[in-house]
Amino acid sequence: MAKIIVLTSGKGGVGKTTSAAAIAAGLALRGKRTVVIDFDVGLRNLDLIMGCERRVVFDFINVINGDAKLNQALIKDKRNDNLYIFPTSQTRDKDALKREGVERVLDELKDNFDYIVCDSPAGIEHGAITALYFADSAIIVTNPEVSSVRDSDRIIGILASKSRRAEHNLEPVDVHLLLTRYSLERVKKGEMLSVEDVNEILSIPLLGVIPESESVLKASNTGTPIVFDQESLAGRAYIDAVARFLGEQREMRFVTPERRSFFRALLGRA
Amino acid sequence: MRLLDFLFPERRNSAGIAKDRLKIVLAHERASRDAPDFLPALQKDLLDVVGRYVEIRGDMLRVNVGKSGDTSLLEINVEIDGAKVKPARNGAAAAAPKVVSATRLDPGAMAPWVKPG
Repeated sequence: MAKIIVLTSGKGGVGKTTSAAAIAAGLALRGKRTVVIDFDVGLRNLDLIMGCERRVVFDFINVINGDAKLNQALIKDKRNDNLYIFPTSQTRDKDALKREGVERVLDELKDNFDYIVCDSPAGIEHGAITALYFADSAIIVTNPEVSSVRDSDRIIGILASKSRRAEHNLEPVDVHLLLTRYSLERVKKGEMLSVEDVNEILSIPLLGVIPESESVLKASNTGTPIVFDQESLAGRAYIDAVARFLGEQREMRFVTPERRSFFRALLGRA
Repeated sequence: MRLLDFLFPERRNSAGIAKDRLKIVLAHERASRDAPDFLPALQKDLLDVVGRYVEIRGDMLRVNVGKSGDTSLLEINVEIDGAKVKPARNGAAAAAPKVVSATRLDPGAMAPWVKPG
């Protein structure tokens, strides 16, 4: 029986889709059968980040409406056999996400996967609420910046009151913080909220800190989830976050200054 | 750096300012997050009733739900200090009370800004 994970944030542009792609691919790398679903109806982008935009034939809304079968719409990743992408519609609007339809599709996916990763749209409207409604776990993607932290707090409140688990008085959604676009340099200069600051304000368990990294844009340019880039610090940080999600203890990296070796400094590589 | 901080003590780092601002705004928002849906309607009704007797602006009447220990409080604060009393109807509201009335489910705990009238 699959576990449903939602990546959500309230605020747009904080790295939800990048993180959904990375976490889903990271789970697949750990041998978990994983599907990642794009809930951002009308603003489809997960397909581009995953590099399968030219293979989309049917989408989430087609399956909800019964116009296509699930196995016609699921796209198998070419890099990892455990990973599937479920694209959304680019032409419909978010009202096409009917809750009963979404539930039926999720139930069918549950039998075939270990993890269902839901990439939420920004905002707190219908699309975002539908994405988080069925979640067992939530990963709150947050930037160390005031508007993102405030919106994260709001979305944590919504998870606690409007999710299926809340409405049915079940065990609450288990929430995790993923702090992205973190710049240790700027934190040291006192120009950016530190991981401790954000932790103190939001007080939910920290899943990982992803350093701001040029490799993330390079990965999205080529349609490769960042965890497939072994060289990338951000990719390694996501791999660590996935391990923590699976219950492993891993020390937080990229949070305290690393000593740069003489040769690395010479080569100018962080 | 330390010397600079010493010489220009008013220059606080911006991350510290961000943290303080967030703490304040979130404390406020979290308190109203759990508020029941009827509060705005209740506030409007109360304004209508009080407004029959004194001229009162919307921001002079505040309705909150809070907690004091194990007791849930419905807290209604009406500020009528300086408000103009309307002509008495049917003998009601003849004299203007100087300060505030506070109606609450729990009479024990008074908000600090409310002076008992």
